[in-house]
Amino acid sequence: MDERELKTLLDEVKSGRLSRRRFVQTMIGLGLTAPMAAHILASAGVAQAQTKWTFNPTKRGGGGLVKTLWWQAPTLLNPHFANGTKDQDASRIFYEPLASYDPDGNLVPVLAAEVPSPQNGGVSKDGLSVTWRLKKNVTWHDGKPFTADDVVFNWEYVNDPGTSAVTIGQYRDIAKIDKLDSHTVKLSFKTPTPFWSAAFCGPTGMIIPKHLFQPFKGDKSREAPTNLKPVGTGPYRFVDFKPGDIVRGELHPTYHVANRPFFDQIEMKGGGDAPSAARAVLQTGEFDYAWNMQVEDEILRRWEQGGKGRADIVSGGNIEHIQLNNTDPWTEVDGERSSIKTKHPTLSDPAVRQALNVLVDRGSIQEEIYGRTGIATANFVNAPARYVSKNTKWEFNVDKASQILDAAGWKRGADGIRAKDGKKLKFVYQTSINAPRQKTQQIVKQACTKAGIDVELKSVTANVFFSSDPANLDTFPHFSTDLQMFTTTMTQPDPQRFMDQFVSWEVASKENKWAGRNPTRWRNEEYDRTWKAAEAEMDPVKRAAHFIKMNDLLIQNIVVIPVVFRPRVAAVSNRMRDVVQSGWDGDFWALAYWSKQA
Amino acid sequence: MSKYLLRRTLISIPVLIGISAVLFTILALAPGDPFEELATNPNVPAEVRMNLRAKFGLDDPLPLRYARWVVSMMRGDWGFSFVSRVNVDTLILQRLPATLIVLGSAQLLAVLIAIPIGTYSALRPYSFFDQAATTLAFIGFSLPTFFTGLLFILLFSIHLDWLPFIYRADISATGWRWYWEHVRQAIMPVAVLGLFQAASMTRFMRAAVLDVIRLEYVNTARAKGLSEGVTLVKHVVRNALIPVVTLVALQIPTIFGGAIVTEQIFRVPGIGSLLIASILANDTPVVMAVTFIFSCLVVASNLAADLLYGWLDPRISYR
Amino acid sequence: MAARVTSRSVPGGLAVAASEPRSSLWRETGRRFVRHRLAVVGSVVLLAMVIAVLVGPLVWRQPINEIDFKAKLKGPTWSHPLGTDDLGQDILARMLYGGRISLAVGIVAMLIAISIGTAIGATSGYVGGTLDHTLMRLTDMFLSLPGLPLLLLIVYLFRDALRKALGPEVGVFILIVAVIGGLRWMPVARLVRAQFLSLREKEFVESARSLGAPPLRQVVRHILPNSMGPVIVAGTIDVAAAIIAESTLSFLGLGFPPDIPTWGRILYDAKDNLDFAPHWAIFPGTAIFLTVLSINYIGDGLRDALDPRKVLGK
Repeated sequence: MDERELKTLLDEVKSGRLSRRRFVQTMIGLGLTAPMAAHILASAGVAQAQTKWTFNPTKRGGGGLVKTLWWQAPTLLNPHFANGTKDQDASRIFYEPLASYDPDGNLVPVLAAEVPSPQNGGVSKDGLSVTWRLKKNVTWHDGKPFTADDVVFNWEYVNDPGTSAVTIGQYRDIAKIDKLDSHTVKLSFKTPTPFWSAAFCGPTGMIIPKHLFQPFKGDKSREAPTNLKPVGTGPYRFVDFKPGDIVRGELHPTYHVANRPFFDQIEMKGGGDAPSAARAVLQTGEFDYAWNMQVEDEILRRWEQGGKGRADIVSGGNIEHIQLNNTDPWTEVDGERSSIKTKHPTLSDPAVRQALNVLVDRGSIQEEIYGRTGIATANFVNAPARYVSKNTKWEFNVDKASQILDAAGWKRGADGIRAKDGKKLKFVYQTSINAPRQKTQQIVKQACTKAGIDVELKSVTANVFFSSDPANLDTFPHFSTDLQMFTTTMTQPDPQRFMDQFVSWEVASKENKWAGRNPTRWRNEEYDRTWKAAEAEMDPVKRAAHFIKMNDLLIQNIVVIPVVFRPRVAAVSNRMRDVVQSGWDGDFWALAYWSKQA
Repeated sequence: MSKYLLRRTLISIPVLIGISAVLFTILALAPGDPFEELATNPNVPAEVRMNLRAKFGLDDPLPLRYARWVVSMMRGDWGFSFVSRVNVDTLILQRLPATLIVLGSAQLLAVLIAIPIGTYSALRPYSFFDQAATTLAFIGFSLPTFFTGLLFILLFSIHLDWLPFIYRADISATGWRWYWEHVRQAIMPVAVLGLFQAASMTRFMRAAVLDVIRLEYVNTARAKGLSEGVTLVKHVVRNALIPVVTLVALQIPTIFGGAIVTEQIFRVPGIGSLLIASILANDTPVVMAVTFIFSCLVVASNLAADLLYGWLDPRISYR
Repeated sequence: MAARVTSRSVPGGLAVAASEPRSSLWRETGRRFVRHRLAVVGSVVLLAMVIAVLVGPLVWRQPINEIDFKAKLKGPTWSHPLGTDDLGQDILARMLYGGRISLAVGIVAMLIAISIGTAIGATSGYVGGTLDHTLMRLTDMFLSLPGLPLLLLIVYLFRDALRKALGPEVGVFILIVAVIGGLRWMPVARLVRAQFLSLREKEFVESARSLGAPPLRQVVRHILPNSMGPVIVAGTIDVAAAIIAESTLSFLGLGFPPDIPTWGRILYDAKDNLDFAPHWAIFPGTAIFLTVLSINYIGDGLRDALDPRKVLGK
């Protein structure tokens, strides 16, 4: 799909012939993200719908205790040090960003008075600045007022390298922040920045109070007592925190949204595993909400029948995919395996890649393993019919794979394994330890065996697989096997960050201690050029066209084999109301609006 | 005996130092990274991760890191967790009550079950009682705790809805209710763990009593005219206790760090789950602190056991 | 043993005792074993299981990893006598295949733990003094080692080397039994030592000593048989523990690959479907239980056979 076709789609939305939601879904199907689609719509002047809450209370509080369960326990409460979504979610009970992303990817103002846009003058035409107007009458939990000084401070805090804040990536493009008045700030970017909402929005945009953190910038950042006793602007005040175990909060009486929150206390317990957490909500009702239910859908459905709770599923940007190595993991060059100086002996043959692509039984994987929690994909889902291209639909066909391989000269040997020029089709396929993933591996292995490809399965414990340890061969950046499979963890609203996994200068290698973000080690000039063009392109439609082209390049060259879309799944008690999950933000993005029937 | 005690205590110090050096080396060499979650996050630039590693001294040479650790331990600074950025001793102290309550009770339960049942089984070997007890004991330790734990949960929490299965260290109730709530939620983890350990301990007790009961001095005692009860207690059980004492001494340190699966299933915030979470997150300061306490307990319990042998069987002497 | 020697001795004693033919002693032991009914039952059951896992896969031809979604989670039927799991794979075939590994791991790891433990404990308890001290401090150190990081480290260091030298399956097997057995010998050592400390001073040992028996003879023929009680119990417990430990290792990615259906692994996979498909868990659980039970009775039989002061009058 190119720019012209995109513009046509936009016109259909404006004239009402295509719903906003379908447009967003189409964009996702093409490899973009919902927030990006929302940006496109906003820049085209298409109005966004507000999320409607079913319950509008007339007074604050009175709802009692809400109990939530995370099977990875939070270990710290400073959002700028968060190690994973668990810490971000725990911080979100107390802290808030300027704006959040709703399920459709729209920005919803929280601490901002309104969302900046080209129409209201908040976003400059040249893409070099954004002006945020802050909400007035917002107070911190200790009573001090929230002002523009706090926003400026957060940027200074994060930018100080001594702080080692993990959120620094979102703030690096800002050249300076000007305080225009007590409740207005203007962010100036170093270069034209199309995706201007990276800073201060979503889970990485939470704002901490200047008056408490000022003495603890830079190297002293770890000593701040408020790291463990947060004072924020959020709906709940801090009560207690035991790292690795439990977080407790109580209602904030001067919260800036009238008549909210509903609950008087909140508890976030951590630990254990996903299935028992699901049981606690769906079977015994001991808890009201449980995060990230990585459980087979079949089992969830059975438990839902008890009538106590349901599995709430919302789509996000995560794609479970199989990566194919472009280099040779079994040959060592200068002490490095999968070196860029080598080429993979068998996977370099496009026929082999094509065969593998049709050997992944996405249908069964979706139906039997993931169910509602995984949607089979080849990156073209829910697209209006005329945009579906013939060779980008997914299919599963063992015979076709055999034909492709036969035609390319890969003949079966005496042991049933295909070979050509003395090279056998034998692959080692690794992933992290996770029951649905192991089952997926088995399904793929079985199909491959039928087609004459020998697959050895390997599973690595998650904290090693996803580690950045330069000495460990089992990490995914090292990629010491032929195939590997996983999903990226935290949500990124801007596809720029997702797509840089395939640019040639990010190739993971010994030189950069395998910190490069391109594990497949694929290099393609056209892709590199298109990526660079997208980085500077201000017109959201043109930019989207670039991303679609990049996605097409990936799919046509079969750099990765997408398996299923992984929406977010939470277990929610049936008595809870207005618990709306957003795939582009944390679970607690709308915590203030949660309520429960008596 | 007191000379022996003194000698042993003095030797413990270099032993503990040696053990801590080995522990530290193993932890330093083991694969994994405390900042792994950041690796998959595209928004975290590589420099931040490298910076964090350097800040916590992860890239320094091994002997230097060890020396630093020893020095801070001696000053009473148990270290700073990479993951939660909190002092390690705070973390440990937070977990201590739950550990002592749940795991301590489980141990006690195990001993209280094992000694009488094991003894009685041995007195009437291959009787119906013995066979039943044996079979139950076998079922007990053939099934892993993750399994029995789940069975209990299915039965008592889900089917019968009698007991909560998620442990909460802080219950906001007062007086009687507070005690009652704590007992209610502790019953299952204590039972699962206690029964598992009772199963093996019963078998050991039975074997030990069987061994002792056949020895001549028991017959001598009976021939002397001592009543069965006195014979039993003063001669049989006392001597049979030797292996049991050995076992209990071996188990005491495990209260501290070993009941990982049970803590995981019931979400008991004990030191065991702290240990496993820290190991998986490569939070070396916490792991070092906990395993060091663990090794002190090991050395101390085995010393206590050795002293007890002398009291239980006066003929045992230490040459 | 002491009783027997005395009863058969004649004045001028030791010479006669020393020239006893070896074979009749063993035959005597064998006869005593066979008289222990439960030990015989245990041996038969264990033998049956070993034969089943060795020969079974050749007879029962259902493939272990044939994924058939239409047949998932079904109870026992004629075509699947033990039912199917959630991918539709046949449980009987998987148990027969995985049983080889589970039994082998269980028994070999147990033997390693028992041999090392008994050797160290016996030496320590008998010799005493500095040697005892050193060995026991070594034991303390091993007891303090945190299992998990050590496991991760060892597997990480040695897995590839072993894999290259011995092939993936054998290499992993050796690694696993070494690691499981190597971390379970300490309790055995302490128990055996405790027994030795106490038995060393008992009368029958003193009499053997005064008769001039050398230390090794004292240990092997007098003290050791009487210390077997706790060792046998530890042995049976270790088999179960080893089978389960292997599944924990697999769960952490350190053992056999996740698609190899060892009994512990099947049990672990089955746990979330317990309320719906209990058959999946009951069969591996029972298999482990029977293995442990039969080894225990065999152990009981062995102990009674080696010791003249029999427990049963039957």
